[in-house]
Amino acid sequence: MEGDSKVTIRRVKDSQKGSISLTVNGWLYELAVGDKPGEVAPSHTLAHTLRETLRLTGTKISCDHGACGACTVIMDGETVLSCITLTMDCDGKSITTIEGLEDLETGQLHPLQQAFIDNTAFQCGFCTPGIIMSAKALLDEDPSPTEEAIKQALSGNYCRCISHYEVIKAVKEASGRSDTNG
Amino acid sequence: MARGYRHIGKATPRKDARAIVTGKAPYIDDIRLTGMLFGKVLRSPHAHAVIKNIETTRAEKLPGVKAVLTYKNVPQWNWGLPRHESTLDSKVRYVGDSVALVAAETAEIAEAALELIDVEYEVLPPVYDAQEAMKPGAPQLFTQFPNNTLPPDPIKIDPKLLQHVVMGDVEKGFAEADFVAEGSCSYENFPHPLPPEPPGVIAEWGELGELTLYVASQSAAMNKYTAQPVLGLADIRVIGTQCGGSYGTKNANLRPLTQAAALAKVTRRPVFLYYNKVEHFEAYTVRLASRIDIKVGIKKDGMVTAVSGEWIVGGGAYTESGKYQIAVGLGETMVLLRCPNWNLRSKLICTNRIPTGVVRGFGGQELECAWLPVLSIAMEKAGLDPVEFFKKNYAKAGDGYFWRDGNWWVCRGVDYSKAMQKGAEVFGWKDKWKGWGVPTSIEGNKRRGVGVGVHGNADVGEDDSEAWVKLSPDGRAIVHACVSESGPGQRSSLCKMAAEVLNLPLDRVNITPPDTHVNPFEFGLVGSRGTFTVGSAVIQAAEDALRKLLELAAPVLGARLEDLETEDGLIYVRDKPERKVPWRKVMGIARTVTGLGRFETDFSLPSCLMQFVEVEVDIETGKTDLLRVVSATDCGQIIDPLVLNGQLHGSLGAAGIDTALYEETILDKNTGRVLNGNMLDYKWRTFLDLPQTQNVILETPIPSHRFHAIGIGEIATSPGPSAVLMAISNAIGKRILDYPVTASKILKALGKI
Repeated sequence: MEGDSKVTIRRVKDSQKGSISLTVNGWLYELAVGDKPGEVAPSHTLAHTLRETLRLTGTKISCDHGACGACTVIMDGETVLSCITLTMDCDGKSITTIEGLEDLETGQLHPLQQAFIDNTAFQCGFCTPGIIMSAKALLDEDPSPTEEAIKQALSGNYCRCISHYEVIKAVKEASGRSDTNG
Repeated sequence: MARGYRHIGKATPRKDARAIVTGKAPYIDDIRLTGMLFGKVLRSPHAHAVIKNIETTRAEKLPGVKAVLTYKNVPQWNWGLPRHESTLDSKVRYVGDSVALVAAETAEIAEAALELIDVEYEVLPPVYDAQEAMKPGAPQLFTQFPNNTLPPDPIKIDPKLLQHVVMGDVEKGFAEADFVAEGSCSYENFPHPLPPEPPGVIAEWGELGELTLYVASQSAAMNKYTAQPVLGLADIRVIGTQCGGSYGTKNANLRPLTQAAALAKVTRRPVFLYYNKVEHFEAYTVRLASRIDIKVGIKKDGMVTAVSGEWIVGGGAYTESGKYQIAVGLGETMVLLRCPNWNLRSKLICTNRIPTGVVRGFGGQELECAWLPVLSIAMEKAGLDPVEFFKKNYAKAGDGYFWRDGNWWVCRGVDYSKAMQKGAEVFGWKDKWKGWGVPTSIEGNKRRGVGVGVHGNADVGEDDSEAWVKLSPDGRAIVHACVSESGPGQRSSLCKMAAEVLNLPLDRVNITPPDTHVNPFEFGLVGSRGTFTVGSAVIQAAEDALRKLLELAAPVLGARLEDLETEDGLIYVRDKPERKVPWRKVMGIARTVTGLGRFETDFSLPSCLMQFVEVEVDIETGKTDLLRVVSATDCGQIIDPLVLNGQLHGSLGAAGIDTALYEETILDKNTGRVLNGNMLDYKWRTFLDLPQTQNVILETPIPSHRFHAIGIGEIATSPGPSAVLMAISNAIGKRILDYPVTASKILKALGKI
């Protein structure tokens, strides 16, 4: 962690860059680097920037050390744990958060979101954004995953209420698979 | 089953479903009030110490710091039964205990300020074990609790609170027994229920001394009525946020609440106190420690003749609800056994470990996990099948038991042996059960075994609830009930009940936010009580509102009230359904019609959940896999099948079944620190470790309310651990009486290490 941040700081200094750019849910943000409110400090995690700077609070922080998956977002097609990703390392990257799945023009939900509603695939809902983002990354790569692949893709997502069974069903439904054996 | 109902029994989307899946549901850390400060707590590195000196000047000087509080200048409030915890003390009693509080403009500044507080401690010897703590000469946590034992005196608000079960004549009972078994068993893993969302409180004092609290709680109103006597009867308003998991732990924890309130009072700004995960692990709430030393007499036919013993309950450094957990645990044991002769006594002990408090299973899980394995010894001596034993012994209509309040209650519930039998059939118990200590199958090193556990409580009807239902002329209804949402979906289920009574589409019935300013009294969503208690109040309020509406309608339609019906916001005479008038025609547009409902404590309807488990043990490595879990219950009437099934699956989470396999906080006895207080080292069940599960839910109408339903969700975690212990003992042919059953304990039992 410490090593990473040093690398980042050096890169920023080298390029004399006063700001970084992030594309979040299709919107381009130019964020100044610094310690003032609204700026990105070298110590800020992506989860912090999303939640505190951009006020996209759908991404949740639970363990804050990369162990529970609640903060999962998609960066350039891959899932990342935003609580252990430094924002300075995300310059030029494209990020999708839970807020980016719904079509804001039409109000149309992503099929995964609809399937989670239809199956009540959550209880307290705190881990749900992270689980949906992990599931979305899976379906983007493999539109018709086996049950085993679903479990594997979600194995880093903590859910303490135990909605796992409903989640698996919802992901299958969203992928158009309804078989039970994968 | 829907039984002709329009909504009840059908799976419907939760009211908050869209907000949850789009990330818009407002959890406490998503709220930012204008001018809000961030609170942080300096925590003790010692398990037991006195603060000799504390210097805060450097911290106070840090720009952005608005307050630094120690025991010297903090508003002191005290709580506990009897009162033993305070906002800040000059003594610390566990690693993680509160030493000082900081409020600052940002969380980062507050954290930085903690490092600038200089503390000099006089370190005292700690005691971690309840039985050690009771011995003369043991380190004393509180001067007012000699031998670290909480006094057995009755408490004011509940003078007969059940702390011992004493009835009949145990000596006579043992003399009548065909077999007597005796033993000790402990369930003292201090497992962490570990909701994903850490605990948090926002406190703000108004100019007139009124306190507003935003709480991430499963029972918002409980924060008001428990904090009020502690905070000098302050004028308190509580607003509940969406709660990211509780499992009992986020009812009304006065530690963060008073600390946030203290910082807010001193700074005259709103203060948000939000634990990080380390604090959540080390300084919040874990399960009680439970150790039992017990003797039981049993007849050949499975009737229990006497129970005698001592239950040692370890409450950690502070125990907010230990006495109530003991009371409920003892009551639950009586519900489980029809025994005429009892002498079961409890002791509540303080140690230098993490404080304990409310957790799903509330005392009963802790008692039964320790006690059922000893009871199993008696069943084995008598050659009894445990399923048959429980079928025979579980409370049936007409049986009596002492409940929490110390009163004798007579059961008027259904016979749960039907649900137990159905569960056994679905599980295949008859084929898999080969007798005590006998594996179900052996294949190479792999041995399979089965076990069963049971749990139930009469808390499904505990305490009081009030609700109002307000009808508006546009054909809609609002349920006023102070009900939080921490996962059980009860807010939506209550809307269903009101919609059913009012014959409205579900989208025309909503519920007020959990805010004590807009709602009548509500005890809180504990003990699976929501369905019966809050449900009863809501049904009564909806019926009352409807009656008042129809009274207005009768003259308009020129008909008798009893001949009127309503559907979708229209009223008509039963025999002339073609002539329908909308509610607004009878109400006018400048009126609402409000019905009132109230429920009062009824402990006469116990719930019941039996769990069957199958495990596979590798006798070379000691590794155990949980293969299958069948949960069997009878809830009278399902309100929503998806919600109910989710709740029952909860047996695999929240310090439930896995406390028998791997869930525990491991103490470093040299430092008093928890060694695995993080989500990597504390083991939890992942998507890759799911056993097969099946829920068997019978719906025998229960005399609760109009829909004949009772709740069951709370106790999903409780029957599993002892069932797993039984299954492992059967698989390896050696009895194990210690949780969790790790690989090394299995290898040790097998004489391999």
